[in-house]
Amino acid sequence: MSRRFEADFGRGERRRLIWNAAMTGVFSVAGWVAILFIFLIFVFTFKETLPIFTDPEVREEANLYKFFFERQDGPTLAEQFIWQPTSEQPKMSLIPIILGTLKATFVGLLFACPIGVAAALFSSEFAPARLREVIKPVIELLAGIPSVVMGFFALIVLATWLQSAFGFTYRLNAWNAGLALGIALVPIIYTISEDGLTAVPRAFREASYALGASRFQTAWSVVMPAAAPAIFASFVLAFGRAIGETMILLMAGGNAAITSFNLNDPLRTLSATIAAELGEVVNGSAHYSALFFMGTLLFVITFVSNTAGLWVIRRMQIRMQGEKA
Amino acid sequence: MRATSTFTRVLFAGTLTLALACGQRTEQSAGGESRRTKPLTIKGSDTMVILGQRLSEEYMKKNPGEVVQVTGGGSGTGIAALINGTVDLAQSSRAMTDEEKSKAQQNRGAAIVETPVALDALSVFVNEANPVKEMTIPQVADIYMGKVRNWRQVGGPNAPIVLYGRENSSGTYDYFREHVLKKADFSPSVQTLQGTAAVINAVAKDRNGIGYGGIAYAKDVRAVGIKKDAASKAIYPAEATVADGSYPLSRKLFFYYPANAPERVTTFVQWSLAPEAQAFVSEVGYFPLR
Repeated sequence: MSRRFEADFGRGERRRLIWNAAMTGVFSVAGWVAILFIFLIFVFTFKETLPIFTDPEVREEANLYKFFFERQDGPTLAEQFIWQPTSEQPKMSLIPIILGTLKATFVGLLFACPIGVAAALFSSEFAPARLREVIKPVIELLAGIPSVVMGFFALIVLATWLQSAFGFTYRLNAWNAGLALGIALVPIIYTISEDGLTAVPRAFREASYALGASRFQTAWSVVMPAAAPAIFASFVLAFGRAIGETMILLMAGGNAAITSFNLNDPLRTLSATIAAELGEVVNGSAHYSALFFMGTLLFVITFVSNTAGLWVIRRMQIRMQGEKA
Repeated sequence: MRATSTFTRVLFAGTLTLALACGQRTEQSAGGESRRTKPLTIKGSDTMVILGQRLSEEYMKKNPGEVVQVTGGGSGTGIAALINGTVDLAQSSRAMTDEEKSKAQQNRGAAIVETPVALDALSVFVNEANPVKEMTIPQVADIYMGKVRNWRQVGGPNAPIVLYGRENSSGTYDYFREHVLKKADFSPSVQTLQGTAAVINAVAKDRNGIGYGGIAYAKDVRAVGIKKDAASKAIYPAEATVADGSYPLSRKLFFYYPANAPERVTTFVQWSLAPEAQAFVSEVGYFPLR
């Protein structure tokens, strides 16, 4: 700052400016360190995946063809696509594991989307202000439950309930895992949808009431469509979370890599496979690279879905603010 | 404005203090380590965690000042840690392969010493409500390879068989695959669980379940009698049948450490083999060496 400025504002102000500069520096460094970490993790994961493309020894056991297309002999899909990386003849099909991931995610979203949106609609449109003050923090608190706790609950309690209610052959199956996952997804969908619904301008509701619409009609046919981008974004972000969730699915999914579309069968997800197998794997082996390939796959999927979700939210915010002005 | 600047000042001072404190703490512990005894770290087999923990507790009671840390993770995990030099002693429910031994020898600069510490009967468990009392090894193998899918086929009720097993870092998984499946692949329907305790828990809750693991974990489940083949007699896992070698799936539980290991390792291993410590082996549920 200029000398005249200092003279005008005295010593105190000068100290204030130094503090300001110092703190700006501290926070910028902290911010850049965080970004650097993420970048380095990115680089590390890709580097460990690379042997699949470059190392001839690794390529013999693990390559893109084996991951996605290789079939064993057998009459059923479950016998054709097999994940047995430590067997005498390693079989490295990712198909059963990708299918398991999608099954768990599907059930989780099937359960969490309607509940999350309905809860958001209720608290933004129907609940009295005082009740809303309670609902919002309570649902958001749900996001703070550690996933180990959720997984343990699903493993011990939920699985037994579901089995006695529906007579499943397997205690741990896609329904059990998906339901537990769904509970973890509800807060994400709720929070973002609720923000979107509350951001719908008052004028929309007033216009609807003026035309004689009931409260429910207004909420359902006017407010919800207006907030559709936010609701969609909440689904996309929940999808990203579901794909990457590890502990719940490791504990509640049964961890059997079966190529099956049946939701009553146990399942095994990408993240759970990494968690269960990375501990013992020999560094640099084909199995090791295959696990890192799964990590890269997860990274790319979550990165794309999160970016898409955030992009939609941003666009919606711009649109809403534009309309207000 | 005044409030903000006080706040930032406190924040800044706090960060500095924290940084200094951290620095000091590492210095202290680095200095302290040279004076006090280093902890003995043990890692590996989940089957042996309860054994290792019991032995280390008693050992620490007897030798105040000594610290022994025991963790599980699977035999493969323990052996990998031994090779990488991050652990003093590996527990394993399977023998180390020659390849693993030579790798460890390269990294640790000394041959690896193999010491059996207890005997185990690898048992096949079913739910207590299951009427099946005995099975042949080929039957168990067919069940785990997915060829036999209904309890009716092995003399049980008409119900599907639900398979529980261990993840592939487990020594029990390797042992079972080698000695029961004769190196064939497990069926993809096997639900892999973390640790024998989890397998036992699942079988205890599942009428149609079957699981395998070390005998010491048997609780609220029934271990079936094992026949070598259809013609032989069923043998139940017990101290006598393991001791005389008649139980077909008896195995040794091992300690592995490099020959140049510090004294705290060898003292512990020697103590573990003494009759006094072997009594704890039976208390935990495994069988002492003769």
